[in-house]
Amino acid sequence: MSTIALSAPALRRSPVRIAVWAVPIAVILAVVPWVMDSYRTIQLAYGLIFAIAGLGFNILLGYTGLLSFGHAAYFGAGAYTVAFMVKYLHVQSMELFLLGTIAATLLVTALFGYVCVRYTRIFFSILTLALSQVLWSLAFKFFWVTGGTDGLRVPTPKLLGVVAESEDKIHFLSHAYYYYVLVVFVVAVGVMWLIVHSPFGKALQAIRDNETRARFVGIRIRRYRFVAFLVSGVFTGIAGALWVPLNGLVTPDALVWTFSGEIVFMSVLGGFRNFTGPIVGAVVYNYLKDFAVGFTVYWQSLMGVVLVVLVLTLPTGIVGTAKLLVATARRRRSQ
Amino acid sequence: MSYLETQKLMKYFGDTHAVDKVDFQIGEGEVVALIGSNGAGKTSLVNLISGLLTPDSGQIIFRGQDVTKQPVQDRIKAGIARSFQIVNLFDELTVVDNVALSIFAREGKTRWFFKLADHDHGVWDEAHEILRRFGLDTKADQLAGGIAQGERKLLDVAVAYALKPRLLFLDEPTSGVSTREKAPIMDVITSIVRSQKITAVVIEHDMDIIFKYSERIVVMHQGSILASGSPEEIRANESVKDAVFGPTHA
Repeated sequence: MSTIALSAPALRRSPVRIAVWAVPIAVILAVVPWVMDSYRTIQLAYGLIFAIAGLGFNILLGYTGLLSFGHAAYFGAGAYTVAFMVKYLHVQSMELFLLGTIAATLLVTALFGYVCVRYTRIFFSILTLALSQVLWSLAFKFFWVTGGTDGLRVPTPKLLGVVAESEDKIHFLSHAYYYYVLVVFVVAVGVMWLIVHSPFGKALQAIRDNETRARFVGIRIRRYRFVAFLVSGVFTGIAGALWVPLNGLVTPDALVWTFSGEIVFMSVLGGFRNFTGPIVGAVVYNYLKDFAVGFTVYWQSLMGVVLVVLVLTLPTGIVGTAKLLVATARRRRSQ
Repeated sequence: MSYLETQKLMKYFGDTHAVDKVDFQIGEGEVVALIGSNGAGKTSLVNLISGLLTPDSGQIIFRGQDVTKQPVQDRIKAGIARSFQIVNLFDELTVVDNVALSIFAREGKTRWFFKLADHDHGVWDEAHEILRRFGLDTKADQLAGGIAQGERKLLDVAVAYALKPRLLFLDEPTSGVSTREKAPIMDVITSIVRSQKITAVVIEHDMDIIFKYSERIVVMHQGSILASGSPEEIRANESVKDAVFGPTHA
């Protein structure tokens, strides 16, 4: 058998080429607390957290071809797990919160996924939406457990066993907690990058492209969808767990379907057909929403208009459009 | 014992007897053509054997093992693969990705989470080698959805071939391509199939192709097997002439 050099995809994804853009971005993110005010830094922390949720969401939409309208369920499950651990187990450690969240969201996604992955297209979307609303109604009605609309408060957690009680809370959130979120974000990006570029990730893309052919190369469709669903849910749950200490409170709003819509919006905004799209989309969406809220009381209408314009003019999202523009510029330069 | 054997295989769609008590046999290493007019039940028979359809009754025995109730994935493991009448590819993946995916699946590597697919050089080398055999190596990095129809037909077969099948079903491998392209496509496919000693069943409508490339021809008519024999025997069979070629056929 002839020996072939690295295939083109391998060349495209060489560590050096990735490092060229990843290292400067990591450096910029690392210096943010020292060059930006606390408010902006905390806002970026929110953006990074939503980016983790976006990454999780996109393994289903972008890579497996399944549109979930119920990802608030896993985000909320993560957030409520932290709140329950604080209230009922008196846990303060962020690391234990994350472990507990992974276990709890695995349980919830396994249960929901078992039902949902039997279906595709609109049936899958509606099922995810319906099941997430069941969770929302439980959080809403069982107020003696969940605090109902008053929610549950979550104090400042211990990071790596260190108590930050003497520190100003804003300073803690915009420095120590920001870096904690950044590290989890970097790990999440690395893990997800590995998953989607693994043979498993290729199998998911195959299922997305052509289910029949995927079956006829021997891929067990439902099993792979189920695993993708679990991964997706756990990533979104971790985002929920990181979000609670920043927000200080969890209410049923974290589980409601409109929040699932926001996760979809973030992915569409950044572009769900590429890896970095949901990350960019989440960060930009967060700033966009902040701007819209400050600009008008009718901010929801403004965001709606933005979504319509976005879908009509940039169907491939910010990253997809940027890639197209770069490719066009390169082509023109070479001619 | 036959390599593949169906026993009284039946499949009804409402009142239509798509496959009606079919006893079909094929020996190891044979290249058999399955012919018949539209609606004769050829594709339904292949769909039943490959696992796309579930039979209403009857048995499918492959290499002495009853595979009638096995899921598609187990039949693939047993060595049954197929291409499709309407090309089924992963259009948004590259040509080489399509073939590599078959190899990953064949080797059970699609379960791997934490290893980069691109770094498995053995798989990519094999995928490129398969593309070279099928004359598609220059298209390796193009998206499968963007290559010509004849190339897509070949790639569809290459994806099935990458599973290292013992029995390969080729459902109209030259349909939808120009007359000029048909012979080269069949040359490539049959030379690979024969050199690897793969047992193959070819469904085809083009009689010139059938008579040129197959060792035995099985004729289906209205869900049943009408005749089976060498190309010469089939050409001389009066009932086949009437049912398939029509009364004007020479």
